[in-house]
Amino acid sequence: MISRFSDRRFAGRVARHAILLLTAAFALLPFVWMVSLSLKPPQEIFQADFRLWPTAFHGGENYRIALTAAPMFSFLLNGVLVCAAIFALQLLVCIPCAYALAKLRFRGRDTLFSAVLVGLLLPPQALAIPHFVMLNVFGFLDTYAALILPWAISTFGIFLLRQFFRSIPDEIIHAARLDGLGEFEIIWRIMIPMTAPALAAFGIFSVVAHWNDLFWPLIAVRRAEISTPALGILLFRDDEAGQFLGPLMAGAVIIVAPLLLAFLIAQRRFIDGLAVTTMK
Amino acid sequence: MTALDCNRPREAAAKARLATRSGEHGLAWLAVSPALLLLVGLLFGPVAAVVLFSLTDWQLGSFTFHFIGIANFRALFADPTFWKALTNTLVYVAIVVPGTVLLGLVVALLIETSPGLRGFYRAAHFLPVMSTMSAMAIVWGTMLHPTIGLVNRALGVMGISGVNWLRDERTALLALALIGIWQGFGFAMVLFVSGLKAVPQQLYDAAAVDGADGVLDRLRFVTLPMLGPVTMFVVILTAKRSFEVFDSVRVLTQGGPNYASEVLLHRLYTESFDFLHMGYGAALTVVYLAVIVLLTLTQARLLERRVHYS
Repeated sequence: MISRFSDRRFAGRVARHAILLLTAAFALLPFVWMVSLSLKPPQEIFQADFRLWPTAFHGGENYRIALTAAPMFSFLLNGVLVCAAIFALQLLVCIPCAYALAKLRFRGRDTLFSAVLVGLLLPPQALAIPHFVMLNVFGFLDTYAALILPWAISTFGIFLLRQFFRSIPDEIIHAARLDGLGEFEIIWRIMIPMTAPALAAFGIFSVVAHWNDLFWPLIAVRRAEISTPALGILLFRDDEAGQFLGPLMAGAVIIVAPLLLAFLIAQRRFIDGLAVTTMK
Repeated sequence: MTALDCNRPREAAAKARLATRSGEHGLAWLAVSPALLLLVGLLFGPVAAVVLFSLTDWQLGSFTFHFIGIANFRALFADPTFWKALTNTLVYVAIVVPGTVLLGLVVALLIETSPGLRGFYRAAHFLPVMSTMSAMAIVWGTMLHPTIGLVNRALGVMGISGVNWLRDERTALLALALIGIWQGFGFAMVLFVSGLKAVPQQLYDAAAVDGADGVLDRLRFVTLPMLGPVTMFVVILTAKRSFEVFDSVRVLTQGGPNYASEVLLHRLYTESFDFLHMGYGAALTVVYLAVIVLLTLTQARLLERRVHYS
């Protein structure tokens, strides 16, 4: 009886791993394929039989072409710059607003909060035409400003931070006021440190979204020098050097690597940041 | 209860006094003013502008325009390409949503049943969620390549001759849907895992007392019913993301061949920014906006209900 039971448990465990290895393979296959191709010379890519590891290692050459034929590093740098600027602007705008909505009493507060909730409904793609027209009027198209400014306001950020600020007891704020702290000092010295995990979660959400975004950069900029990673790899493919698969795959590795490495280093943070914030 | 109610107005009055004393009103307005300005300038103003554009014949760069009523919408609804894009989007959603949700659920259940390799599986399945779609779409393009691609090589080993997946009218949309599932099912998995963690252990104990102690019994009588709200949430979230499909289409098929993989957002992009048909594009935007708003409202309604009953 006991042995039959443990047999079934063993079989269950094997089945669990069998299925999960299969689905994990589905998830990981494109990454393995990408890296494998990025290390091969052209003739081996077109060879009839497929090997995971190249017989003639061509990685150095492929990555060298990817880095020199396209401004790959400046794509990454632009990605960092644009994402950092967007997030900084969003914090600057969201934090005071979220604090006021959560902790201050003023006429119009409920109306403003309703407006934020309505703003949450709007998909950013639906605003592309007027944003494009506005940037065109100001002559900002094809500049960093075009990539950054439309994202300065995040209703999601306001909503999320308001929820977290509300969870901080009023007594702490009253005590701080009695100690002579001004409202902006309270935000800076109490609210921000106490909600650091929420801010980190919002940061991850924002950076992942804008690093990976293709729709808006495709509209806003044309020049390769100011392209973000998602647009950059597309420009590289449509370029002459991108016709060769080895360098193209090397380029793809360079574009996806930074975010994936960051994820592997701080898995919990990323998963919680992306998943839990969407359910808040 | 009554005592509490009696206290409340007094407390509120005290707070209001504190508010005026510390000049809270002025400060509060100072704090919200940047957000308020941007809310109007970058969100509500533009939405109003889109609706306005959709009723005019305005073209980018021209200085005059005329109100032409619903002519743009009439043109849109008379355009077979629009209907093709709408049907394709619905087909895409109809494939990606069940695929993503089912796969995500199965993986989440299996990951949570025992701790072996749990961390590895979670990270492996989540990797596609984090990856830049435009780059990975290029990679998928090579995997689906008719001769050197991994898919047709694998089929060839099994003696099946594959097709040119992305250039064939019958398979282009299907291939894009596969890529959509690939990218999204790890996210569904993570949401299901957090749903599973919220199922109280007592329910399993109670079910065991009632004789439901087999794996399948527990699944049928406890786990799946308790996952109901999360499932609805994942379904709507996935539906919303699927309606927004753009990157893979732009990178791999550009809506082709012969509009076989044309979708709403890609149509919107091409009409507005390749052809600069702003009025038509705006009308399309209004339709797109309506679909997304409807979905989001349903999601909010469901979430609200979940909060009330849990």
